[in-house]
Amino acid sequence: MYYSIIRRLGTQPKLATIPKRKWKSVLGLEVHAQIASVSKLFSGSGTSFGAPLNSSVAYFDASIPGTLPVLNRKCVESGIKTALALGCRVNEVSMFDRKHYFYADLPNGYQITQQRAALANDGIMSFPVITPGKKVYYKSVKLLQLQLEQDSGKSLHDEQLKRSLVDLNRAGLPLMELVFAPDLETGEEAASLVKELMLILRRLQTCSCKMEEGALRVDANISIHQEGEPLGVRTEVKNIGSVRSISQAITYEINRQLETVANGGLITNETRSWDAENRRTVAMRDKEVLQDYRFMPEPNLPPLHVNLKPGSKSTEDLLSVAALSEEIPELPEDTRQRLMEQYNLNADTSIILVNEPVLLDHFLSISRSLSQLPNKVIYNFLINDLLTYCNKLNLDVEDCSIKADDLRDILSCLHSEQINIQAARQLIELQQQNPAAKVSELIEINNLQQICNPEAIEELCRQAIANQAKAAQQYQKGKAKALFAIVGEVAKLSKQKANMKMVVECLENQLKSAKK
Amino acid sequence: MRRHLQWSIKQLTANYAEGQCSPRRVTEQALEDALKLKTLNAFIRLTPEQALQQAQESEGRYQNKKPFGSLDGVTIAVKDNFCTQDVHTTCASRMLQDFVPPYDATVCSRLKQSGAVLLGKTNMDQFAMGAGTVDSLYGPTKNIWSEDLDQDHWRIAGGSSGGSASAVAAGLCYAAIGSDTGGSTRNPASYCGVVGLKPTYGLVSRHGLIPLVNSMDVPGIFARSVSDCLEVLNAVAGPDRLDSTTIRQPYTKLHLPEVDKIDLSSVRIGIPKEYHCQGLSSEVLETWSKVADLLECAGASVRQVSLPNTAASIFVYSILNQCEVASNMARYDGIEYGHRASDERSTEQLYALSRAEGFNEVVKTRILTGNFLLLRRNYDHYFEKALRVRRLIAEDFAKVFQSSPSDDRVDILLTPTTLTEAPLYKDFASLTNRDQCAVQDFCTQPANMAGIPAVSIPIRLSRTGLPLSLQLMSNSLNEQLLLSVASWIEAQVGFDSLEHKQECRSKA
Repeated sequence: MYYSIIRRLGTQPKLATIPKRKWKSVLGLEVHAQIASVSKLFSGSGTSFGAPLNSSVAYFDASIPGTLPVLNRKCVESGIKTALALGCRVNEVSMFDRKHYFYADLPNGYQITQQRAALANDGIMSFPVITPGKKVYYKSVKLLQLQLEQDSGKSLHDEQLKRSLVDLNRAGLPLMELVFAPDLETGEEAASLVKELMLILRRLQTCSCKMEEGALRVDANISIHQEGEPLGVRTEVKNIGSVRSISQAITYEINRQLETVANGGLITNETRSWDAENRRTVAMRDKEVLQDYRFMPEPNLPPLHVNLKPGSKSTEDLLSVAALSEEIPELPEDTRQRLMEQYNLNADTSIILVNEPVLLDHFLSISRSLSQLPNKVIYNFLINDLLTYCNKLNLDVEDCSIKADDLRDILSCLHSEQINIQAARQLIELQQQNPAAKVSELIEINNLQQICNPEAIEELCRQAIANQAKAAQQYQKGKAKALFAIVGEVAKLSKQKANMKMVVECLENQLKSAKK
Repeated sequence: MRRHLQWSIKQLTANYAEGQCSPRRVTEQALEDALKLKTLNAFIRLTPEQALQQAQESEGRYQNKKPFGSLDGVTIAVKDNFCTQDVHTTCASRMLQDFVPPYDATVCSRLKQSGAVLLGKTNMDQFAMGAGTVDSLYGPTKNIWSEDLDQDHWRIAGGSSGGSASAVAAGLCYAAIGSDTGGSTRNPASYCGVVGLKPTYGLVSRHGLIPLVNSMDVPGIFARSVSDCLEVLNAVAGPDRLDSTTIRQPYTKLHLPEVDKIDLSSVRIGIPKEYHCQGLSSEVLETWSKVADLLECAGASVRQVSLPNTAASIFVYSILNQCEVASNMARYDGIEYGHRASDERSTEQLYALSRAEGFNEVVKTRILTGNFLLLRRNYDHYFEKALRVRRLIAEDFAKVFQSSPSDDRVDILLTPTTLTEAPLYKDFASLTNRDQCAVQDFCTQPANMAGIPAVSIPIRLSRTGLPLSLQLMSNSLNEQLLLSVASWIEAQVGFDSLEHKQECRSKA
């Protein structure tokens, strides 16, 4: 995307001048995904989020002298599965390195990571880019490296007591660091990449992807340059806490850089933090000094060998990549293709369903149990009604308590014309409020049955024509659209319960005969 | 002289079983002797309560005719860089002066499982950085063979495991655990006239050994005989899931053949010419060629071999050592444990002062140098290059041990351990730590580069009445042959580790 104009966010000051030349933005992501595991990467302590402070700390995690790292096999398996799902080349031999820096929450004074020979390299990820109001397109980005490493602890600063406290529960948690090539251009592309990555990791069950718990962390390297010129100086934005923040933070940072340059300033290579509250990036003071991490091979861990032979099996000493590849489930893009082929869904619909795993589950389960129902009715209801309802409440579809069975019952009643679409929408709300109730009960209690009795319909229509006499006359004079007003009147009179198909037929008949 | 000290570990435990003597009595005597010989400064800390408790339990087991293992009731001392649960482990440093580990090193837990009585923690150079046991927070350890222990004419015990060597030589325990990174077990064994074994890297777990150079550190064993050494090795060796660098294959206990059944006719001995180096004393050289003759006369084939990269070893060792030290010492920041300075103005200030106060000059110099060598701009030129030369040194050994045609290879290398007898403290202390190590480790540290096993055995006394020792090396995991040849030599030379003049003193 070319930035011929500068896009402004609400919180930004107005720009003095707008550069006339074309600027390009370039961004690359580094993602730290916490591997879903029972124990830490190199020690036996637990990994549960929110455990009491310093309660999941093995001697090794606290760097007690003499303790040694022992590699967690499950974490390696997860790393390999993730690498395979992202099209990486898994390396037959990878190695661990020490990365040195002093920080109170890094007890060893170094982090064990994989710098020289990572677990896997050279992957590729294709994903749909969803920009509100624009056409969906696919983007491909190279995954340069996937490496295993340990997390650091957490420092807590008590400003009043002027004390720093350290919680080592996070110290040593297993991470996969995924380094993507700077192949992206916009915040939306970045957000879409992360969204797809989360779908994949959740399918693999290798990461919970709960950004709010820090289980998935995204750092963005951002630079701008003029077309045809070398890449500009980059800044790194950290502390991006949600998928939504990704595109906001990056868009903000691109604009900040453009503005800086427009005002004659220079971009400096610095680390900036995303301030979600004020929606801006701010320079991080303690990251100013350029570090030399003095990398060194980790002497306490032998090189990690894996078996690359096709058809091999894992042994106690050697994991088989081929065996692990058989454990990889259907990936999101495969599901999209399957939805299009098997269910005749169009691309956009299949993208929406796959991107909301709950909707996808609902769709597949309802479509299985209500085979007589057209797929279109199901996904329209899910996307247009359920998703819209959730969005209105600012509710994650995942947090919506309505079960697939209830949705099936609602759709079933809709299909049998027991209720109409308005009642169905109402039922979504009622069901969310009374998760334990049965759909049939809710229909009964709230009197939501569709009015299908011909006599009742005729009576409602007569009444409506009387109330909308003017519209009736216009219709009879040939203004077909006027019928809508009368139909609307019937809906109002029947409290949205009349069978609209019957109403339209009935109105047409009544008005025709009245004309005669 | 305690009569039982002349016994081997096997004889001691046999006597326990027969009720001829008791673990409790032997332990009490050992603790008494240790106090009498306090001037040696072999121990940083004795643990009489634990030791007597363990001895008591051992006694009960013998009474029930159910001893734990081959070390039940055997008194053993442990170097103060092995973690011992609830017992201070200081590395002879101010940094860890008050450090009480919450766990036992695998070596210690295995010793306990075989019933050993742990007497206490022995002196060493700070964080094992030294070759003399002169750089300890608790003062230097003296060599029991010194002509005079009281004046400034005393001899160093060697290092860095000088306390352990000294304790075994003085008869304060039957065996002791040391560590060996560049010769820290074999060097003091050589000066103190005891057997010092550095097993194959990965044969004995390093879990709980506070590291100096992880890729070279090996727990070492001191004893007054090769067979006693083997008893201890059999108790502590074998895979440990807490140390990923231990050799995975299960350890089978080794047994030495009877000395008169050792057939040397099939053994090929190599004399590496590079070990005939500058500074080698004529007495050591003489000892070396005498033992070579002895072996040849007994039917072994003895021939000169070449390990061309030997001279480079000392530089490679120096670089790798300092780099790993810089890294390993990074954890000592005063936050979780260890010395914490009182300056809490900022985290950086706290680190800086804690480390400045907690480490001695030797440690600080190595940390600074190591960090310099690891800088991005220096890494390839120093660390990476040192790793390459290290591989060459290892290949030198591989070539002599397994080269083809097969008649070209040797099974055992015979070399000096140290270049001289134990130096006088005043002479040794006048050298820098760097020179101390460079000279004293010349013959010992190549084995650490290659990870191969090596043993130092005392051969005879010098004209000044000090022990002179030789070193044997073999291919990795060939401890069986290494120790068999060592025990054959031991039987021929008949060196008595307890025959020092100080014996009269301790009796007085």
